[in-house]
Amino acid sequence: MSILIDKDTRILVQGITGHQGSFHSGEMIKFGAKVVAGVTPGKGGTEIHGVKVYDSVEEAMCEEPNATMIAVPARFVKDAAFEAMYAGIKLVYILTEKVPVHDAMQIINYARKHGINVIGPNSPGITAPGKSKIGIMPNHIFREGNIAVASRSGTLTYEIVYALSKEGFGQSVVIGLGGDRIIGLDFVDILKMLKDDDETKGVVLIGEIGGTAEEEAAEYIKKEFDKPVVAYIAGRSAPPGKRMGHAGAIISRGRGTAESKMRAFREVGVRIADYPQDVPKLLKEVMK
Amino acid sequence: MKLYEFQGKELFRKYGIPVPDGYVITSADEVREVTGEVVIKSQVLVGGRGKAGGIKFAKSREEAIEIAKKLLGSELKGTKINYLLVEEKLNIDKEYYVSITLDRSRRSPIIMASAEGGVEIEEVPDELIYKYWIDPLAGMYPFVARNLAKKLGFTGDTAKQFIKILLALYKIFVEYDAELVEINPLVLTKEGKLVAADSKVIVDSDAEYRHPDLPKNVEDMTPLEKYATERGYAFVELDGDIGVIANGAGLTMATLDALLLHNLRPKTFLDLGGTDSVEKTKNAFEIVLKADPNIIFVNIFGGVTKCSTVAKGILAAKEEFNINVPMVVRLSGVHEEEGRKMLRDAGIEAFGEMMPAVEKVAEIYREVVK
Repeated sequence: MSILIDKDTRILVQGITGHQGSFHSGEMIKFGAKVVAGVTPGKGGTEIHGVKVYDSVEEAMCEEPNATMIAVPARFVKDAAFEAMYAGIKLVYILTEKVPVHDAMQIINYARKHGINVIGPNSPGITAPGKSKIGIMPNHIFREGNIAVASRSGTLTYEIVYALSKEGFGQSVVIGLGGDRIIGLDFVDILKMLKDDDETKGVVLIGEIGGTAEEEAAEYIKKEFDKPVVAYIAGRSAPPGKRMGHAGAIISRGRGTAESKMRAFREVGVRIADYPQDVPKLLKEVMK
Repeated sequence: MKLYEFQGKELFRKYGIPVPDGYVITSADEVREVTGEVVIKSQVLVGGRGKAGGIKFAKSREEAIEIAKKLLGSELKGTKINYLLVEEKLNIDKEYYVSITLDRSRRSPIIMASAEGGVEIEEVPDELIYKYWIDPLAGMYPFVARNLAKKLGFTGDTAKQFIKILLALYKIFVEYDAELVEINPLVLTKEGKLVAADSKVIVDSDAEYRHPDLPKNVEDMTPLEKYATERGYAFVELDGDIGVIANGAGLTMATLDALLLHNLRPKTFLDLGGTDSVEKTKNAFEIVLKADPNIIFVNIFGGVTKCSTVAKGILAAKEEFNINVPMVVRLSGVHEEEGRKMLRDAGIEAFGEMMPAVEKVAEIYREVVK
């Protein structure tokens, strides 16, 4: 099975009657994902794409979901996440952007203490080609294979995955970690899972400026990770102090520069692509 | 959102953290009588204002008025000074540092304290900074403050003062959804009082809706950045030549990076976001044109944002605005062929791959700009 999700993952969608929730539930079903229930308080008893809508997660648990996609407005995300975690769901994916950072901290700290995996906030989700998809990644870019991709971006991930698929590199799993400062799983958490994943033979990490997640990943790779890794870092042209779209993408006080991240990766033998389109070429070299 | 020093100090006062006696002025005639000596501090949202000449001392009302006249309305590190904070000058015995901020890798608040205050914390060696991580669910407890007080060398009454200040600071951090609350320096006066001589407070802009009492400060933004932000674009104005419109923060950054590796300098970072709106695409051109680029480069990978929608937006922009600079468009992904055809039919060159498009931009730059 793939890490995090597989073909038996039973997905709940919180906020399923909203614009995002409804559209993307449909896309997930088309991709082959098992969307088993939806929740929108006050809309219980209705149906979206043939999926039953419940008033609460507690009620929706009769459909036995084991993962949830949270697609509610930012100010309701904390409530929705705790509702899912209290109900016993162990994979909580948060699509919503602009979630207050203190809310994210509380959700993620609770999750980590209770063995719950949080993806996001502000994440495009997880796709395991041929198996399942939770999130908003476009269906047509994927191809089944043995490359795992973990990324802090959205569209840039699609760009690189598309390039991989075209060059014959299918994916075991593609994970969008989220573009915020405080996110659930990060590169190191994902690498730890991929280490023993038989379906993954090579890894692509898509980082960007801000924070130290890439440097920490490099340290972990040096100590414990043997599979070939290729990385791309966005934001080498970004001026310090300017937030480049993502809340997390900011060079502040000299920390989080692209140079520091590229250096850390190079030092542990990770190849760095100058352009997103170069990733398949480098992968070909390291996968020999 | 950054708060001005005086706004941060108002919060401090409200939560019982001692601050120097003082008042804010917006014109020189508001200067009051001076007893002893006062410090006049320019209220700007950029750092390093002391070195830039934004902090002055005065021993008489006349001198203070003189200084206020010079500072008010002048520019400090590119931002206009609209407010001055006039405060009593403290009798400094020693300066300390204390802050609470977010630790991204631990996903927790981190408290940092040092007996080496008054300088930028980056200049303080790591072993002289004491750190505590707080579980955001369990919250702050007095023992943390007690332990830090001891490490900083506080005893007796000053230790008590410090504990009270740190507990209040954490309360502000949580109750105001702060990303940073910093007191630097935290001054121990010769009279034995701990006083917050400065304040730095940054509130999470995604949580501003929870704090209607806070002012709306606009920081570090050009007028065009402000204009674009108000219209829902992630936009940064840069000082190059190429006006970039792309979708997704990561892809927009990657586009800028690719240009730079071709020795081309970007003029704009404009992220359309996850929209699928003709109108939003069209209006992006209005903003980028205002930045006055030499070439416009549109780089789209279609997912939720369909290439055909973007093409319609581009054509609408061409119709509505006077675009008299060369434009290179790259459309890939959902409805790419339809999108490219629409553009080609209108005489706009459209690429499917990013790198040939970047090379085309470079070629035009060499021909047209140079």
